[in-house]
Amino acid sequence: MSREEIPREKLLWMYETMVRIRKSEEEASRHFAQGKIPGFVHLYAGEEAVAVGAMANLRDDDVITSTHRGHGHFIAKGGSLKEMWAELYGKRTGVCKGKGGSMHIADLRKGELGANGIVGGGIPHAVGAGLAFKLSKSDRVAVAFFGDGASNQQNFHEGLNLASIWKLPVIFICENNQYQISLHYSKQQAIRSVAERGSAYGVPGVEVDGQDVLAVYEVVREAVDRARRGEGPTLIEAKTYRYLGHFEGDPQVYRKREEVEWWKKNKDPIELFKRRLLDMGIAKEEELRDIDSRVEREVQDAVRFAEESPYPNPEELYEDVFSTPTRGVLVWKWGSEVRSHG
Amino acid sequence: MGERIITFAEALNEALDIMMAKDEKVIVMGEDVGVYGGVFGVTKGLIEKYGPERVRDTPIAESGFIGAGVGAAAMGYRPVVELMFIDFLGVAFDQIYNQAAKIRYMFGGRAKIPMVLRTVAGAGFSAAAQHSQSLHSIFIHVPGLKVVMPSTPYDAKGLLIASIKDDDPVIFIEHKGLYGTKGPVPKDEYEVPLGVADVKRRGKDVTVVATAAMVHKSLAVAERLSREGIDVEVIDPRTLKPIDADMILSSIRKTGRLVVVDEGYPRCSFATDIAAMAASMAFKSLRAPVKLVTPPDTPVPFSPALEEKWIPSEADIEKAIRSTMEDK
Repeated sequence: MSREEIPREKLLWMYETMVRIRKSEEEASRHFAQGKIPGFVHLYAGEEAVAVGAMANLRDDDVITSTHRGHGHFIAKGGSLKEMWAELYGKRTGVCKGKGGSMHIADLRKGELGANGIVGGGIPHAVGAGLAFKLSKSDRVAVAFFGDGASNQQNFHEGLNLASIWKLPVIFICENNQYQISLHYSKQQAIRSVAERGSAYGVPGVEVDGQDVLAVYEVVREAVDRARRGEGPTLIEAKTYRYLGHFEGDPQVYRKREEVEWWKKNKDPIELFKRRLLDMGIAKEEELRDIDSRVEREVQDAVRFAEESPYPNPEELYEDVFSTPTRGVLVWKWGSEVRSHG
Repeated sequence: MGERIITFAEALNEALDIMMAKDEKVIVMGEDVGVYGGVFGVTKGLIEKYGPERVRDTPIAESGFIGAGVGAAAMGYRPVVELMFIDFLGVAFDQIYNQAAKIRYMFGGRAKIPMVLRTVAGAGFSAAAQHSQSLHSIFIHVPGLKVVMPSTPYDAKGLLIASIKDDDPVIFIEHKGLYGTKGPVPKDEYEVPLGVADVKRRGKDVTVVATAAMVHKSLAVAERLSREGIDVEVIDPRTLKPIDADMILSSIRKTGRLVVVDEGYPRCSFATDIAAMAASMAFKSLRAPVKLVTPPDTPVPFSPALEEKWIPSEADIEKAIRSTMEDK
């Protein structure tokens, strides 16, 4: 299938979803700066083409695992924007009832098996999901998203090896946004690309321009097709760039302002795709502006929903630890008993 | 439903066999669990019956395959993952305490991880400091994990079946000194519920809370002391988390004396936890200081001469019980 054959609705979905992520992340940055969002927040602005290009290939019943920079994956996989925002605020209407927060945005109902506060922590979960799909003889696939920093972790190497020897339907997508917190990735690995590491495990490694949503779409489509056919895993390295700091509040002393500006001016995934859509005659400027303002309203609705939602009740502290009631409840709540006894 | 005398290892094998036959979502994964049958023989014969898809030999990559167990469990499978020695916990601990244990809570209850992590603990084999530890206290410390440690073949089979059926991550700890021990075990399926302790011996003078291999040593001491008129109650919690506080506390309230016997290191441990529970919830019933019988705060030594001194002995247990009896 050549690019021309991608249905128009899908192309517009890609545009809209990238805009949704961008606007939501920019809003989150503002709200964090205003002290309204608690905790640590790691934003995805600049990397939208990777999540969207990848997710455009997935079905609802496919599963992804994500990173601490997981808002974009969550939105692209179909998670509720309102519930995500309520979760950022720690409200009981949040997708995790206020118990996960930004770093742990997850919704299994949408095949989102968890953002993860531990670098590389989710990679084996995708491998396990792939194993479950293989054992149940379904053609579902699992996609592990992770950063360039995670490619130095044991879970990356063990996960790639397991998926390869077991021929599991897993797609490993490294979002190389160039910085491992403050250090440029070239200082942390002796080889040029993460994709090369696939060869050590007999896994095809593919590099792709992570700012080009259609390029990402194509390589992931091939990998997903391979996986659904039972031919095993693929490692994809999407070269991308994060516009914001590692976390909100990061003073970013490790990179020059001009570098960020260069990426925004020359390699912005939304601007590039917009120009493409206009050039291809897929949409008119006005239509895209309509999408922009509709999404803007949607984000504002989500923010309002989050702000107006109640916090969890104190009793909810004790819920969701275990699935089944146990006789040990007395001691399970022991901490609070000890505290109340002074 | 006939009861036969079989070993602890055979009882565990039966539990796996029964659950694999019953539920195709139950799979077994780990190092050498296939043709080899598990390093202690617990998975023997399963690969012949259920095939290599469901009885999966893994590379020596504990974080990877335990993490894969978590992912498969989230997708509705019931993996029984074997960590060959509990000492190897360190290379995979993130997948246990940050991932398996936390997913349910962090997802607001919208996920479950019905995984059993079977592993092996215990000293006494001159296996030295990296293959002899009893690290169960580390797991008890972490919210979201259930921790099981059986002492008899009957409990082992019933608890493993209950653990596989449980929807939460269960750490199932087998003491290597118990694999060859024998006892009556029903042939068919039965469950020993999680979180329910067992009185292994009734008594009115002293409560001994003992785990795994220490249960047997405590029972032997109790028999000897009964001839002198000291009546020891031996409680085996069987599940260390959740803990059956009701049964332990009511026994302490009855006897007024508590000795905790455990092979874990002494500091911040199961033993100190039970002592603290007694102090904060049954202080007025205590007639004597609580005694803890544990190894010293040292790594497990290699030399048999030193290791014998390291492991709590029947003499240590007897001494502790006698000393609590001195306070009338």
